[in-house]
Amino acid sequence: MANARIQVPTEIKRGQVFEVRLLIRHPMETGLRHDEVGKTIPQNVIHLLTCRYNGHEVFRAELFPGISANPYLSFFTTATESGELEISWADDTGQSEVERTAITVLP
Amino acid sequence: MGYISISRRQALGALVATLLVPVVGKEKAEAEVPERLQTLIREAIGETRPTVGKVKLTLPPLAESGNSVPLKLQVESPMTGDDYVKSIHVFSEKNPRPVIARFHLGPQSGKAEINTRIRLAGTQHVVALAVMNNNSAWLGSAEVVVTTAACIDE
Repeated sequence: MANARIQVPTEIKRGQVFEVRLLIRHPMETGLRHDEVGKTIPQNVIHLLTCRYNGHEVFRAELFPGISANPYLSFFTTATESGELEISWADDTGQSEVERTAITVLP
Repeated sequence: MGYISISRRQALGALVATLLVPVVGKEKAEAEVPERLQTLIREAIGETRPTVGKVKLTLPPLAESGNSVPLKLQVESPMTGDDYVKSIHVFSEKNPRPVIARFHLGPQSGKAEINTRIRLAGTQHVVALAVMNNNSAWLGSAEVVVTTAACIDE
């Protein structure tokens, strides 16, 4: 399961606004390209991505073919309690994946 | 000598005047939203009229490849429970699919800033629309010169 990498600061203070950086391995196929026999390669992009922090949704993104292959995303959220950040996404083939990372909040 | 400096001043004045007219005209045109995007904005926020401001897009002025152009979105907002950015929509002026992304935030975001990488089919404006919790809408745009476009068949 090395299809994605989440990066968060190692030490976060309670109430601190911190950056979540995310890199996913995915072709983000636009549906506009053709293969060598001229057949259209069907669109396959990650169309929905959700980030939950201890079960609460903190960020959601709807993505389209205008996002580059191997999408990179960074956004911010506020530290509340130690726990888990869970990022899940689904692509046009119906495949969905989840990646989690631990969050350590200093008092 | 005196004669020369006066005529130079006059010549400069005339030159500045002719230069200023197109510059002012261009600025006005930039504030206006391309027609293709107006439909998308209407789909996103209904009849609300967006105001230009509060949204800052940072893109390289020149991108060698349109396949991966770094984009930074920043919206001015305190991000508190009663004043926060609800969503940010990113539109392209010329891509075959004009909607690039929609991001949904909340007061817990703390800061309305998002970074990503986008595909661009040629030199164009990229427009971002931010919708606040009180449903007011704000627009920002940036222009990128793209030397090799993405989305072109290989």
